[in-house]
Amino acid sequence: MSDFSEELKGPVTDDEVETSVLTGAGMHFPWLQTYVETVAIGGKRKKDFAQTTSACLSFIQEALLKHQWQQAAEYMYSYFQTLEDSDSYKRQAAPEIIWKLGSEILFYHPKSNMETFNTFADRMKNIGVMNYLKISLQHALYLLHHGMLKDAKRNLSEAETWRHGENTSSRGILINLIQAYKGLLQYYTWSKKKMELSKLDKDDYAYNAVAQDVFNHSWKTSANISALIKIPGVWDPFVKSYVEMLEFYGDRDGAQEVLTNYAYDEKFPSNPNAHIYLYNFLKRQKAPRSKMISVLKILYQIVPSHKLMLEFHTLLRKSEKEEHRKLGLEVLFGVLDFAGCTKNITAWKYLAKYLKKTLMGNHLAWVQDEWNSRKNWWPNFHFSYFWAKSDWKEDTALACEKAFVAGLLLGKGCRYFRYILKQDHQILGKKIKRMKRSVKKYSIVNPRLSY
Amino acid sequence: MDLEEAEEFKERCSQCAAVSWGLTDEGKYYCTSCHNVTERSQEVINTDLIPNTQIKTLNRGLKKKNNSEKGWDWYVCEGFQNILCQQAEALKNLGIGPELKNDVLHNFWKRYLQKSKQAYCKNPVYTTGRKPTVLEDNLSHSDWASEPELLSDVSCPPFLESGAESQSDIHARKPFPISKASQSETSVCSGSLDGVEYSQRKEKGIVKMTVPQTLAFCYLSLLWQREAITLSDLLRFVEEDHIPYINAFQHFPEQMKLYGRDRGIFGIESWPDYEDIYKKTIEVGTFLDLPRFPDITEDCYLHPNILCMKYLMEVNLPDEMHNLTCHVVKMTGMGEVDFLTFDPIAKMAKTVKYDVQAVAIIVVVLKLLFLLDDNLEWSLSNLAEKHNEKNKKDKPWFDFRKWYQIMKKAFDEKKQKWEEARAKYLWKSEKPLYYSFVDKPVAYKKREMVVNLQKQFSTLVDSTATAGKKSPSSFQFNWTEEDTDRTCFHGHSLQGVLKEKGQSLLTKNSLYWLSTQKFCRCYCTHVTTYEESNYSLSYQFILNLFSFLLRIKTSLLHEEVSLVEKKLFEKKYSVTKKKSRSKKARRH
Repeated sequence: MSDFSEELKGPVTDDEVETSVLTGAGMHFPWLQTYVETVAIGGKRKKDFAQTTSACLSFIQEALLKHQWQQAAEYMYSYFQTLEDSDSYKRQAAPEIIWKLGSEILFYHPKSNMETFNTFADRMKNIGVMNYLKISLQHALYLLHHGMLKDAKRNLSEAETWRHGENTSSRGILINLIQAYKGLLQYYTWSKKKMELSKLDKDDYAYNAVAQDVFNHSWKTSANISALIKIPGVWDPFVKSYVEMLEFYGDRDGAQEVLTNYAYDEKFPSNPNAHIYLYNFLKRQKAPRSKMISVLKILYQIVPSHKLMLEFHTLLRKSEKEEHRKLGLEVLFGVLDFAGCTKNITAWKYLAKYLKKTLMGNHLAWVQDEWNSRKNWWPNFHFSYFWAKSDWKEDTALACEKAFVAGLLLGKGCRYFRYILKQDHQILGKKIKRMKRSVKKYSIVNPRLSY
Repeated sequence: MDLEEAEEFKERCSQCAAVSWGLTDEGKYYCTSCHNVTERSQEVINTDLIPNTQIKTLNRGLKKKNNSEKGWDWYVCEGFQNILCQQAEALKNLGIGPELKNDVLHNFWKRYLQKSKQAYCKNPVYTTGRKPTVLEDNLSHSDWASEPELLSDVSCPPFLESGAESQSDIHARKPFPISKASQSETSVCSGSLDGVEYSQRKEKGIVKMTVPQTLAFCYLSLLWQREAITLSDLLRFVEEDHIPYINAFQHFPEQMKLYGRDRGIFGIESWPDYEDIYKKTIEVGTFLDLPRFPDITEDCYLHPNILCMKYLMEVNLPDEMHNLTCHVVKMTGMGEVDFLTFDPIAKMAKTVKYDVQAVAIIVVVLKLLFLLDDNLEWSLSNLAEKHNEKNKKDKPWFDFRKWYQIMKKAFDEKKQKWEEARAKYLWKSEKPLYYSFVDKPVAYKKREMVVNLQKQFSTLVDSTATAGKKSPSSFQFNWTEEDTDRTCFHGHSLQGVLKEKGQSLLTKNSLYWLSTQKFCRCYCTHVTTYEESNYSLSYQFILNLFSFLLRIKTSLLHEEVSLVEKKLFEKKYSVTKKKSRSKKARRH
């Protein structure tokens, strides 16, 4: 249980002064709140009602934290009275807090069951109008969690058609979300049907009926989801399933538009998955290399350690443009900057090969560009004596690749290189010899200059 | 109103001469044509149904039933009267004699109504909202308006007429014109007739009745009767729901509707605070112009010697310490009748915080014996421990460390339970209070919702966990010799900390430190400040323990300790004010 700053921002109060500070621009200062509270009550001490209910809240939170569902339910029994708080601001914040805590308790409590949860959710939905949609949605998710797809769908449909008072913008998003979840459920059934279809023979007599079903499903779903994904936000599962359906029906342009929009619209939050989806789509569509490079370039800026970076490197390597080839080197160095990638043999292999190729192509400057910022820490990070020993023990192939890189970058005097060289390995013997030669020839450290 | 039952009454109405009688809720006859209410009433078969008719019937004749939705016309003071009545009844159930309710509290209340000019006087505040027709025939009784001889008059005649006087003066001045009609137009309203006006009323020199004030009345009556209940006990009983206080209004008669401003007057969302009620008690006592209270003598429960004994038992300290507390009481003069007895008409009306004072005396004695400097008490404990190991047959020496360990555990458990119980306290009444009729359905719906939710969650709660409320007791801890984990120290001896010298006993410890070096002389209300971190841990523990028992702030107890010390070391204060440690070994 974290703090409830969300709730504190949320409700619109009918009391004027005391809360205006808090409902402001979405910022929340706990210290300010207590200060404002004391001002509002004229410096008098808090009423015992306020004190005990806030103590009660912390007891509930503590019990939840310790998974003492029984105790939590006991305190919850008393906490319900905040719904009748005479402080209208607190009264309005109460339903959401109670919903969150109560649903958590009912989710885990051994004596609780589906029925109790449903009754609770229905009750809470109808306390005030503020939370109807939010609770409906969460209720549906709970049902989903318990595999009750039909009930969840019915719940979402009910919420979708619910109307009360004026439509605020926050409610609009919620409606969209509810519809999108409904769409997602439809997608799920569709996808199941599609699986069935793929298992059937085309000549099967049932094929046509199932196919018809699959087709019927699609348009409803797409309508449900498409509205949501136009709103800035992170909608990965929705986008993914929507695109899958579009692709299935051959609407490639539509799919591409959706993905491009999801990845490139500046109003959307930066989301690496958006670029990954687009890239994978383009790959499936066999799009031109330059297009894929430009997609991955952005991903490279967001997540330089992503595993797609190695694919990015191969794309760049094959490119004719010099600038791309330089970037190819940069990408490899970038990947290996991350601790999680230090044992990635492909990355090392690529680097070893590409370094050699670059140096053979007389692009010493490129290498030095990358190396300059790393020469302080890479030797210890990658090429220590310790690593040489353990790499060799664990994976000789990796050790060889690394040794080659170490040799090229640090010269043949480097510890890692020397350690590997000393190891007498029958199969790798030849390779090591070749490596030694290459290092002598291409290493960026020129021994003749250093003396 | 049952017309059938009224048929046997055949007299002509004194107002309109019609013979058409109905029965009011009180069982009195009223004329259905002119709404005149007679003094004649149907015979009441079972008088037990109306407990304490004396208090209850005040203002009775005035209640008219408008319609079931609006309920009776009633005044705020009647609400307080009802609460007082409930509280008095509860005190009776706690074992207090019935005189408290029937004589003392009743008289105090009458005196209050008179002093605040609400009844029993020539120009009562309530003049509007009542129809003169109701009472014209009662004019003969209005000589009651002359000051009733309160306090001396134990056997007051039933106060059926008492409310009536106020009506008889309908043509007199109206100090507080209330216009019911204008109220209904504005958004501010109340269920009581004068709720709006009452909440705005500010008159100098008149103590306005509030719900906390009812406790001041109760305490004053207890004090008058010299009952064995201290203020802290009273407030603890309130907190434990043995005495109606929070939501007392929900036991008002069905027809007394509360809403709007009544909410602010009768809705209470805090437990009573010791200092606040103490202050109010003096305020009310002075306002009522009460004579000197009955003497607090040595055989009274409130006398420090007896209270000290009680608290020594409560916190599991040796009985032998009682000699020392008595000695301190004697030396400081705090056991003297004049010091202890409340005299509201004295120049500086003040009463003693009997419970706080008794506890403070114990703290002082503990300081005398053990110094409580986080050092000496432990080395004395080492001695006691060694002695007890060697002499297992003798009466054991009191071991401060062992006592601390046991008390600390018991105290922490108790406090934890107390905090949990507070967090679980249900504040809201079954009868929701609302601002106006527009809010009414909303308030009731909310209530229903809460009840439903609670019902649902109660199935998730272990039924054994929610045991009924505990029975009232003036003791919060229970120490018995049989309990093996919780050693009882009552019989332990203080031999280890006292030494004989000739015929007298001296404390082994010859040092002492004062809780307060210098008292604040400015006009702020507190004479000391208590900054916890400046004091030894043992002292902090002892203050925390005792202030928890009394449910008071630690600073209040600290102040009382300082005041006791001031009396005890008067000379030291006047001679060497700056000396931080006063050396004083005292003879016994």
